[in-house]
Amino acid sequence: MRFLRLVPTNLRRHRIRALIGVAGIAFGVAAMLTILAIVTGAIGMFERILATDSHFLVFERNVSDLFFSSVSTEQVAAVRALPQVDTAHPLLFGIVSSPGHPIITCFGVEPDDPRLAKAEWRSGSRAEFGAKPGEIFLGSRAAEFLGAQAGEEIEIGRAHFRVGGIFKTENGFEDGGVFLPLAAAQEFFHREGLSSVVAVKLRHRDQGGAFKAAVEAKYPGLIALENREFNQSYTQFRILHFTAWAVGICAFLLGGLGVANTMLLSVFSRIREIAILRVCGFSSRQVAALIFTEAASIAAAGLAIGFLIGLVVLVSLQNVPQFHGYIQVTIQPGIVVGIIGTALLTAIAGAVYPAQYASRIQPAEALRYE
Amino acid sequence: MNDTSPTPGNGGAKLRKNDLVAWADEVWKSYDGGRIGVLQGASLEVRPGQMVALWGPSGSGKSTLLHLLGGLDVPDRGDLSVCGLDPRKEADRLMLRRKHLGFVFQLHNLIPDLTVEENLHVPALAVGRPRGESAERIRELTEKVGLGHRLGHRIQDLSGGERQRTAICRALMNSPGLILADEPTGSLDEKTGETVFALLRSLAEREGIAVVLATHERRFAEACNHILRVREGRLSEV
Repeated sequence: MRFLRLVPTNLRRHRIRALIGVAGIAFGVAAMLTILAIVTGAIGMFERILATDSHFLVFERNVSDLFFSSVSTEQVAAVRALPQVDTAHPLLFGIVSSPGHPIITCFGVEPDDPRLAKAEWRSGSRAEFGAKPGEIFLGSRAAEFLGAQAGEEIEIGRAHFRVGGIFKTENGFEDGGVFLPLAAAQEFFHREGLSSVVAVKLRHRDQGGAFKAAVEAKYPGLIALENREFNQSYTQFRILHFTAWAVGICAFLLGGLGVANTMLLSVFSRIREIAILRVCGFSSRQVAALIFTEAASIAAAGLAIGFLIGLVVLVSLQNVPQFHGYIQVTIQPGIVVGIIGTALLTAIAGAVYPAQYASRIQPAEALRYE
Repeated sequence: MNDTSPTPGNGGAKLRKNDLVAWADEVWKSYDGGRIGVLQGASLEVRPGQMVALWGPSGSGKSTLLHLLGGLDVPDRGDLSVCGLDPRKEADRLMLRRKHLGFVFQLHNLIPDLTVEENLHVPALAVGRPRGESAERIRELTEKVGLGHRLGHRIQDLSGGERQRTAICRALMNSPGLILADEPTGSLDEKTGETVFALLRSLAEREGIAVVLATHERRFAEACNHILRVREGRLSEV
């Protein structure tokens, strides 16, 4: 493999061309990393909303979105009464609007909900939640974009509420949402006696099978999924994941075409040189290996630069107040492996034709016209 | 061809084929689907340390014969052997180019934006020779041809004679038994051409490396051990 020492020499000699290939892969990597990190960050936040201090989620079977799920008060009580259950917290999701803000997520929760317990209260307190009628509680980011302060009256969905308190949560969705006592939310959304999901914490985690069977036996219209199962099966998450990878791979395909173009140009401009290598004893396989290794080196450099660009973009976005809680800079190993694999695959695939072409160059033919 | 039959290039003496560096027997080569006949039954023999001139005008088939001997092309028919290998076979062709043959071309065919040293490393890289070992060989060869001070210079910065001397060094890197030189003086002025020719001749005389030299210049042909005139694809001894 000593002949591969020519690779850095060749890349250095054609540095502009190599840099264009590197840039193509780097942008692909950066785009994929950014998109996937944002999407997985968003999914992660949604997962954490559901998984706060719970093991299982109970919701209506066969609904396309949790917003359309209905679990009755009677069903919530029955779930609570099951012997495996430690705590069960019903949660109602809704979308509300206010002047200038057409979509705000609304959470209807009970006062003892762990989300409220874990929040950092900026004004008001958990004890005041649901104590007075007509009060609404805001995540700190929601308070910021609504320009609201505790004690003020604000318009939400053509109704007026007094801001009872403001709290900060780590979760971007929650922090950008408005919270109502469950009963008030049910009335507001005309879903009296209904919740979207029930987040259940078991007494013993190993009782999951029995709990699941008990719920589904008593209420066939409900489904109980462990958080991990839910995350894997929830259609919205799968669509988001699929879209992110599809967009990322498209970005890569463009990068791969860039590498193919770079390598093809490189081969076409080096036909005579490749013929010289063949005359000097290089086999057609060695020539092909040179081209592949050059492409792989371009991909490796593109990967390194792309990861760097992607991380800088993500950290910058994370520091933008509007994106607070939505961007997850922690990169999952699966994403890193996927990006590396995709980058190398596209670069290698892009080098197949150039390598094939180069390995078929006939030295006599190429050198005939001196 | 018999094992001991005399052919052009053998000087009339009888020699076993196994003792020859190269031989070709009734080799034919045409292009464009047989419409352009380049070689029409060419035969030759080359002994160790012999300098054989293929002398003839442009287009007579000299380069084609060199390409066939060097395994850069394959004949339509006819037998040939170089250093005991068959240049018609892919595996033998590769082995020939790696270990047994060195090529010198009219336009040197070096890689212009590499240095002298980098160009000379190329044949060693093909056979996987360790860098230290090939660096030693490069020093030895370049000192011998007076290029020791030019190792770090790019080819494009060298004179024509220096480039051709570099090409000869490259041809010698893997210690071949045969050098195929295709008009090596063709692009050089008279004096530089003579220097390059003298270098090739000294390789044959002092180191026993056989040289087949394609040239259209009579003075160089006459300075070789044997002259084969190439005319319309046929060889005849002068």
